[in-house]
Amino acid sequence: MIKFVLMVNRQGQTRLSRYYQPVELSRRAALEADVVRCCLTRKKDQCSFVEYKDFKLVYRQYAALYIVVGVTDTENELSIYELVHNFVEVLDKYFSRVVRHSDFIFTVQMFYCLSINQLCFVSQQSELDIMFNLDRVHIILDEMIQNGHIVETNKSRILAPLTALDKMADG
Amino acid sequence: MSDVVEKTLTALPSLLSLDSQPGSAKLSSTSKLGNLIRGITELTSKHEEEKLIQRELASIKEQVSSPNTSMRQMKELMVRAIYCESLGYEASFSYIHAIKLAQQGTVLEKRVGYLAVSLFLNESHELLLLLVNTVLKDLQSTNLIEVCMALTVVSQMFPKDMIPAILPLVEEKLNHPKEIIRRKAVLALYKFYLIAPNQVQHIHNKFRKALCDKDPGVMTASLHIYLQMIQENPEGYKDLTASFVTILKQVVGGKLPMDFNYHSVPAPWLQIQLLRILSLLGKNDQSTSEIMYEVLDESLRRAEMNHNITYAILYECVKCIYTIHPKSDLLEKAAKCIGNFVLSPKINLKYLGLKALTYVVQQDPKLALQHQMTIIECLDHPDLIIKRETLELLFRITNAQNVTVIVEKMLEFLHSNTDDYTTIDLVGKVAELAEKYAPGNEWFIETMNTVFSVGGDMMQPDIPNSFLKLLSEGFDTVEEDRKLRLFAVDSYVSLLQGEPGKLPQRFLQVISWVLGEYSHLREELEPATVMRLLAKLLDMKQTSSETKSWVLLAMTKLVRAGQVFQSAQEVSETYGSSMDTVLRQRAQELQHLSQDCELRARVLPQDAGLEPLEVDSSLSFLDGFVSEALAAGAAPYKPPHQRQEELAQAKALSLEPYGLSLPISMSSCSIADRQSPTLLSMSSGLSGDSTDLSHKGSSTTLKLDGVKRVWGREGYLAQREAVEEAAQVEVPSPLRSPSQQAEADSSHSQTPTPTPTPEPDQEKQQLASSLFFGLSSQSSVCLMGKSEPTPQRFRRKAKGQASSSGAAEQISNSLVSAPSAVDNFLCNNLLDSNITSQVGISSSEQTSELSQGPATTNGTCDTEAESTDGDIKGSNPSLIIGDNGLVAADPTPHKDPGSPKDFCLSSHLPAELSELCRSEITPLCSNQSLGLSACHVHKEDSLVLVVFITNSSDAAIRQILLDLDSEQLQVSCVSDSPVEDVTSHSVAMHQFSLTVKRPSVHVEVVGMVSYQLPVGTPQEVQFSYKLPLTSFIRPLTVSTEEYGTMWLSFSHDTKQNLTLISDGEEPLTATLNVLKEKLQLHIVEIIGMEGIIACQLLRDQPCLMHCRVHADVLAVWLRSPVPDLPDCLIYHCQRALQEH
Repeated sequence: MIKFVLMVNRQGQTRLSRYYQPVELSRRAALEADVVRCCLTRKKDQCSFVEYKDFKLVYRQYAALYIVVGVTDTENELSIYELVHNFVEVLDKYFSRVVRHSDFIFTVQMFYCLSINQLCFVSQQSELDIMFNLDRVHIILDEMIQNGHIVETNKSRILAPLTALDKMADG
Repeated sequence: MSDVVEKTLTALPSLLSLDSQPGSAKLSSTSKLGNLIRGITELTSKHEEEKLIQRELASIKEQVSSPNTSMRQMKELMVRAIYCESLGYEASFSYIHAIKLAQQGTVLEKRVGYLAVSLFLNESHELLLLLVNTVLKDLQSTNLIEVCMALTVVSQMFPKDMIPAILPLVEEKLNHPKEIIRRKAVLALYKFYLIAPNQVQHIHNKFRKALCDKDPGVMTASLHIYLQMIQENPEGYKDLTASFVTILKQVVGGKLPMDFNYHSVPAPWLQIQLLRILSLLGKNDQSTSEIMYEVLDESLRRAEMNHNITYAILYECVKCIYTIHPKSDLLEKAAKCIGNFVLSPKINLKYLGLKALTYVVQQDPKLALQHQMTIIECLDHPDLIIKRETLELLFRITNAQNVTVIVEKMLEFLHSNTDDYTTIDLVGKVAELAEKYAPGNEWFIETMNTVFSVGGDMMQPDIPNSFLKLLSEGFDTVEEDRKLRLFAVDSYVSLLQGEPGKLPQRFLQVISWVLGEYSHLREELEPATVMRLLAKLLDMKQTSSETKSWVLLAMTKLVRAGQVFQSAQEVSETYGSSMDTVLRQRAQELQHLSQDCELRARVLPQDAGLEPLEVDSSLSFLDGFVSEALAAGAAPYKPPHQRQEELAQAKALSLEPYGLSLPISMSSCSIADRQSPTLLSMSSGLSGDSTDLSHKGSSTTLKLDGVKRVWGREGYLAQREAVEEAAQVEVPSPLRSPSQQAEADSSHSQTPTPTPTPEPDQEKQQLASSLFFGLSSQSSVCLMGKSEPTPQRFRRKAKGQASSSGAAEQISNSLVSAPSAVDNFLCNNLLDSNITSQVGISSSEQTSELSQGPATTNGTCDTEAESTDGDIKGSNPSLIIGDNGLVAADPTPHKDPGSPKDFCLSSHLPAELSELCRSEITPLCSNQSLGLSACHVHKEDSLVLVVFITNSSDAAIRQILLDLDSEQLQVSCVSDSPVEDVTSHSVAMHQFSLTVKRPSVHVEVVGMVSYQLPVGTPQEVQFSYKLPLTSFIRPLTVSTEEYGTMWLSFSHDTKQNLTLISDGEEPLTATLNVLKEKLQLHIVEIIGMEGIIACQLLRDQPCLMHCRVHADVLAVWLRSPVPDLPDCLIYHCQRALQEH
């Protein structure tokens, strides 16, 4: 079972968090900081699964962005690891399509907003800070995970409700 | 670097130019979030961040409450509020606006409103009620998108009580033409099932329909419900096994549409889900397992592609194969697969391989042999996670031969480890292994010393407790016990002579207890020396007051030697005025006991661990105090599970930083759990102790309710359970044992000295041979309590085990009973009384049938009985008793030798009685001339005992005098003028009215008949008649309010867990109905998971019963003003349910 999904940048700042088991707001920041510390200190050649208290963390790094999933011990870590990638692929599919759709360029700007300097996009080595169109990422995540369970992994089906929404809003 | 990111990166530069253009209204409004995020990112200090966010929140607050804010702006504000909350800053002012946005917004705004609600509110938040109407409206909308989002939010969170309001609408959606609506409806029902399973009980057939849906998405959604339901009750869904197998076959065979593929693997997560379901269904079930062998084989074969996700499926598949009923060639194939994992250079796969291996070696230890060099390498792996997992694996293959090496490895890891949680866990494992397989006293004590010093004050409290218990109870021989204790004493003395300041408090407590108890064994050791060492502890600054009280107690034990009187005096003077009440208490005790040798010998006998101690487990001496307190308005006691439930409502994921977070496994930690092994006679001091401890417990323990217990004393709990069950499976399997054995032997002979890697250095080889020693001899492998090659060294004595499982009534003197044991004791007392009463029954032959009779036949009278006994059976519907299900006892003519008589005797019953329910007529005694029989008749307000005197002689019998007496009952004669003479071959009848003086499980009437035959001297015959207390129980009709007031006023109570009856009906109702039928109880009301029941003991002695379903037991609480009545009644409830 999935306990939470976190997206954090390399400075440890939370970009997105979704909890599937109630955690008081006041304790989230401490938990997130702790979790991020656990993952950020690990090297590339180390295992992507970390034991954390009585549950496990599965994390995956995309440039400067870390996606961390807290799972119970009975969960299949590797399947979660791939789920994270599926999620990223879905995001990519959605936002790259939006790129082609001229009206929604602003969305993309939001998603890949620049942080320190705009040149960072050119250089992959420099820090890249990905930011979101928060609501849409949440909507996508909600289609994939509910109550800590994976409910949909089919990319087109995950995106169907959101694209429908976009079309309607578009008029 | 991911190609995804790269791809998107290349797309970006073209967009950058747009950024410089002045944006439209749309753009600028979204930029506010952008600016915020940018601002936050650039900040470096937490303080600045806080300032910025507070400013942001203030501006959001101002805007949301402004009437001019459009829905579109509102949406944007909500996203910003979501962002602020995700950084940990509360934006509670926006919650109501989120609901408003969901209500009033259109399309995307509405969706964001719902999203914000689901992120802001938890499931018990009261504002959620405001959402119900919106959801209701959207569910009925013609716009599919709105229906869709309403269903999405419902499947995320919905107030439990409002489910009925929307359930019909959701059910309706199951037939919707669009797959996405059907799918979301199923997920919504899944949510309902999770939060209120009873509410969706009636639509189980619809779940089946969803499972058979033509759309794979809807089918997949229904699997969530099935996984959940099968977890709870695997027996109920065995018939679906073939369906799940077919689905898996189709998925594996690539029958799903292409878009379900992930990297060319067909629906991998669906496969995993199905494999989980199959493993649940096939567990311990050979015939069900056989259905799935083929598809599992195919899954193994198909998953050949080298991608992470196929390994994830393989892992699940292997797990399934090793969970279900074993099939040898599948096991072999699965084992081979694991090889691919473990040998993989990819570290994630290695990890998973180790995890699978941990799981598998318990069934098939030779697998560990195959991979032993890999395991050795993993043990030295730079990644601690891998190392840790390897230790976990080694833990599972530990036996008496390799224990020293494995424990050494574990301790090595412990020394370098910094994570508290891991330390606690590993320390527990080391302690367990040491206790189980210790090769010698010296090793054991030294290992435990390390455990105590490394584990320190955060280890589970049951480790020191069980250690002390082991020392005090001893094991095999007296001599060995003595040696072990001696060694402990020596070791501790030298530790104290070193640097005691470095030792953790818990360890010091253990040391002082052992020295107090056993230092006398070392004769050359002067008590004064020990005293001095202990006194040094008292003087140390870092010594906690809890430890000090242990030290003082040890000193109290030491003064029995006499010479150390002086220093004891000094110490007691110092602490006699301590501010700490417990310490002061101990000091006073030290003072008094050191002066009074006789009292000390009584209170602190030597070798007290061996002496049993009677414990008043019912705490009856507190009854007066409790009733006084209740009368004064104190809240009635709530059992722990009830309190926990209340506590559990809001918390699930526990984030307490490193508390004493390991769950304490009650099974293994014995009675000494959480108690200091101080003497019971110190009870006044103890109360201080225990409150102290419990207070500490509440503040430091992780709240584990809701969080799944994954770690226990035994390791991964889930896995262990599985293994135990698997082990059970293994035993009766003819399939496995012979072939497997042969195979194991052969494979072993092929690799006599296992060298799988080409040139491992010698050191590793050596390590391998010591680690895997004992594993190679297949038959003598010792795993998890399977056949042991050598007897466990520190196997507890039977007594120890018994007391730890709560089965003994007596516990050893030096240990104090844990509260949890009380219930067990209570239970056992009842069971004991059960046994003794049965003994009583069988000893009095004449009454044996009778007393069995009513107990077993009450309320089970069938039509057969009616036909044989129909003329006299109480079938009058006007009788209340009859209404309540009391029927005449089954005469069982074929068994009862007296039954032909029964018929004719029953005709002698007076008319007013013959209509009523009664027990069968039982012969009491007889001789040549006279026979006595009796039965009891249930009147509404009384119980009548009817005694028949049959004159079987040819002459008349005169001057018959019937005298009855009973300890528990009050007997009064009903007949006005008792018959004194009985003519030849006729029957006389006496009636007595019985009421209960003192409740007891069974009550007995003893009697004597004296009579005079025409010739000869007066004669006497004695008899006894036993009847269950239930004969005196009548329903008590009260309202719930009356019940409430009565409940509070009654002082005698008892609590017990009963098994629930689960045949078809709702378990609570079914169980209560059985009780009602068999025991004549009145069900006052059933509310949800609780039921209240009332009855009375003749006459007018009420007893109330409160039942609550907790997990799968019925927690019952009885109260009555009559002492003993609750206990007796609970006994009969147990019996009634057992017989059902």
